[in-house]
Amino acid sequence: MDRVTNILMAGVGGQGVILASEIVSEAVMRAGFDVKKSEVHGMAQRGGSVTTHVRFGEKVYSPLIKDGEVDILFSFELLETVRYLGTLREGAALVVNDQKILPPSVTLGRDAYPGDIAGMLRARYARFELIDAPAVARQAGNARAVNVAFVGALSRHFDIPEGTWHAAIEAMLPPKLVEVNLKAFALGRETQR
Amino acid sequence: MKVLLSGNEAFARGAWEAGVSVAAAYPGTPSTEILENIVQYKDIYAEWSPNEKVALEVALGSAIAGGRALACMKHVGVNVAADPLFTASYTGVGAGLVIITADDPEMHSSQNEQDNRNYARFAKIPMLEPADSQEAKDFVRLAFELSERFDTPVFIRSTTRVSHAKSIVELREPEKRPAPDDIARNFEKFVMLPRNARMRHPVVEQRLRDLAAFADTFEHNELITQETDIGIIASGTAYQYARESYPGKSFLKLSMAYPLPEKKIREFAARVKKLYVFEELDPFYEDQIRAMGITVTGKDVFPVCGEFSPATASAGISGKRPEPPAPLLDHLPARPPNMCPGCPHRGIFHILKTMKLFVSGDIGCYTLAALPPVSAMHTCICMGASVSGAMGMDKALRGNNLGKAVAVIGDSTFVHSGITGLLDIAYNQGACTVIILDNRITAMTGRQEHPGTGFTLMGKPAKQLNYETLCRALGIDHIRTVNPYDLEQVRSAIEEEVNRPEASVILAQAPCVLHRREFRQSGPALRVDTQACIGCRACLQIGCPALEWHPGEGAKGAAFINGLCTGCAVCAQVCKKSAIKPGK
Ligand SMILES: Cc1ncc(C[n+]2csc(CCOP(=O)(O)OP(=O)(O)O)c2C)c(N)n1
Repeated sequence: MDRVTNILMAGVGGQGVILASEIVSEAVMRAGFDVKKSEVHGMAQRGGSVTTHVRFGEKVYSPLIKDGEVDILFSFELLETVRYLGTLREGAALVVNDQKILPPSVTLGRDAYPGDIAGMLRARYARFELIDAPAVARQAGNARAVNVAFVGALSRHFDIPEGTWHAAIEAMLPPKLVEVNLKAFALGRETQR
Repeated sequence: MKVLLSGNEAFARGAWEAGVSVAAAYPGTPSTEILENIVQYKDIYAEWSPNEKVALEVALGSAIAGGRALACMKHVGVNVAADPLFTASYTGVGAGLVIITADDPEMHSSQNEQDNRNYARFAKIPMLEPADSQEAKDFVRLAFELSERFDTPVFIRSTTRVSHAKSIVELREPEKRPAPDDIARNFEKFVMLPRNARMRHPVVEQRLRDLAAFADTFEHNELITQETDIGIIASGTAYQYARESYPGKSFLKLSMAYPLPEKKIREFAARVKKLYVFEELDPFYEDQIRAMGITVTGKDVFPVCGEFSPATASAGISGKRPEPPAPLLDHLPARPPNMCPGCPHRGIFHILKTMKLFVSGDIGCYTLAALPPVSAMHTCICMGASVSGAMGMDKALRGNNLGKAVAVIGDSTFVHSGITGLLDIAYNQGACTVIILDNRITAMTGRQEHPGTGFTLMGKPAKQLNYETLCRALGIDHIRTVNPYDLEQVRSAIEEEVNRPEASVILAQAPCVLHRREFRQSGPALRVDTQACIGCRACLQIGCPALEWHPGEGAKGAAFINGLCTGCAVCAQVCKKSAIKPGK
C-alpha cells in the first residue's frame, strides 16, 4: 500500500468519536503502517461538532487530510455527514451511523432537522453504507458500545487481520469493558451494508 | 519500543527521559495534557500552579537549585509569565530550564492567535519547534542539553496540531539525575541589580551569536535537496503540510525557530530557483530572511490569519484553489458548543439577563453564556479582566454606576488573576459587585484541580482556599454565598448587592456536573405537563440541551424534557405556569 489512506471521522461531542479514532490508529500501527491522527480538544467536549483525521500508509507527513482527499467519511451522525461532504475525493466511501442528534437550533424550534439525509446520500454516492450501530450495540448487550460496533463496520474496508483489531480494542479499553466491546465489534463487522 | 503518542504525551515522556525534577503549569488548551501525563512518572514533582507566572518562577527556582525544570503553558500564558521570562534570560540557569509554549493557530480554544516565536526573539532565548510526536519527545532532552550548554532557558514551541496529533514514537530509557544537596550562590548571576544586569546583558548577546552559530550545525535544521525548481523553508506542522503537497521538492526543515541558521538558509536559497517560506501566522522567518538580503515569497501568497493545511501550501504555490462540490443541502443547522445540562452557571446568567445588567465577563465554560439564547456576557478579554474591568467601568460612570454592571468570574480564573483586581476594588473603593462562579474545578480545560478544590495535581489532599476569608482580608465587607440553582435567592442577592454603594462579592457555589468527586444530582429528572404548558417557550431561553420544542404537542406546541435532564430545576423556576414537574 503506497498511497496514504485518509479517514475523516465526524460526529457530536459525547459519541465516542475520539475513542473510535484511537482504536483505528492503534490497529493500523499494529498492522505495520505509519499513522497520524489529529483532532481538536476543548470546545468539542461540550456537545459541539467533532472531527478526527486518521491517516495511514507507508509514510505519513501531514496530520491533517487535504481537502478533497478523504477516502472514507466515517460519520457517527446523519447531519454531521453532510457538513463534511466537501472534503471527499471522487469515489470516496461513506460509512454512516443511522443516528440523529438534534442541534440546539432544532431543539429550540428555530430550525428543522433536514429530512431523509440517508436517501439523498444514497442517491449521490455509489459507495454509501448506512449502519444501525445503536441496534448492533444493544444486540451486543451494551448500548454504550455504539462506537466500537461502528468501528467493526469500518474495519471491513481494510486488509487488517481481525486479531489485530482485537488487540487494539484490548489495548484501548478498560479490562471490564473489553468483552462486550469485542462482541459489538464482531457484530458490527458482520452487519448488512 | 514503539507507541502511538500525542504531542503532549510525548512532551511528558520526553521530560521523564530527560530526568526532569520539577514540572509546573497552569492549564490551557492545547498544553494541558502535558502535565496531566507527567503525573504518571512518579519521580517528577508536578504541580498546577495558580497561574503561569508562578509556574515559571517555580521552574526557575528549581533550575537555580540544580533540578532540571519544565514549565508549560498555552500561548497567552506566556504573556502572564513574561516578567520572570525576560529576566531569566539574563540570569540563565543552573540545571536546565525548558518552557513549552503551545500556540493555537485558528483559535480553536483561545481568545487570540499570537505567534509565540516572537517571544524567543524578544526575550533572546532559543526556541525549538518539533513537527511530530517523535520530535516532541526528543526535543525535550535536546532542549535541556542546550539549556545547560548555553546557560539559557529554552523554549519549545508546540501548536494545536502537534500537541493534539498522535504519531508513532520510539521510546528511550530515562536519565537518572541525583537531587542536588545544596543551592550554589552566585551574586553576579542571580541577583539582577542594575550593576549585575548590565554585566549580564552582553553575556546574553554573545550567547545569541553562539546559538546562531550552533543553529548552522544543528542536524535537525535539515536540508532536503530534491527537485530544485522550488525550495520551501518551513517548520512544525507547516513543514508536514508542505511536504505532503510537494513531496518531490527541496526543503529546509527548521527545527530551531530561533535563532535562524543563516549559512544554511543562504546555501539553500542558492540551490533552488524559487524560494518560499511557508509559515503559519506571522512572517517571522520571512522578515529575518529578507533582512539577510535574500529574495523570498511568503505572506504575499500564504495567509497570516488562521491555521494552515496541506491545501494552503498548494493554493499559495499553484495559485489554484479546488472548487468545492455543490452542497447537498442549502442550509445546515450549526452545532455550537453549549453549557452542559444541569450546569450551575446557567441560572445565574438567566437572572443577569432578566435584570438587564452589563456583565463584565471572563474566560471559562461560563463564557458560553455570551452566545444566544442566553446572551448575557458583554466582555471577554483575558483571565481576570472581568474584575479589574468592572472597576474601570464603575469609575468611568462616576455617580451613575449603581445597579448597572457586575463582574462574573470562574473559581479557577479568580485564583489565576482575579484576586489582585479585587484588591484594587477594595483599596480604591469601587462600588462593584463580583460574582465568583465556584463550580469547584477548572472545568473549561477538562477539570483540573486548583487551590480552591482541596486536591493537588498529584492527587494529594491539600489546603483549600477559603474565598470568604480571603475576600474579607482584601477589604471586602459584603460577602455572601448563594445556591446558583435557587433563582430567587440569586436574584435578590444580586439586586441588593449591585445597588449597594460599596464593593461586594457573591460566591455562587455548586459543583460542575462533570465533577466526579463532588457532583450529586439535586433532584429527580423533570417532565413537562403538556396540559399546563401554554407554549410560551420561556424555558427554552435558558438554552438547556435537555429542553426541546415539540411543535406537534398540545394546542400551540409544547416544551419537552429529554433524557439529559439532571433535575436542577432551573427551567421549572423560569416557567410561569408551573408546568415543569418532577418525575416521569
Ligand atoms: C493566561 C491564560 N491561561 C489559561 C487560559 C485557559 N483557560 C481559560 S479559562 C480557564 C479556567 C476556567 O476555569 P474556571 O474559571 O474555574 O471556569 P469554569 O470553566 O470552571 O466554568 C483556563 C484554564 C487562558 N485563556 N489564558
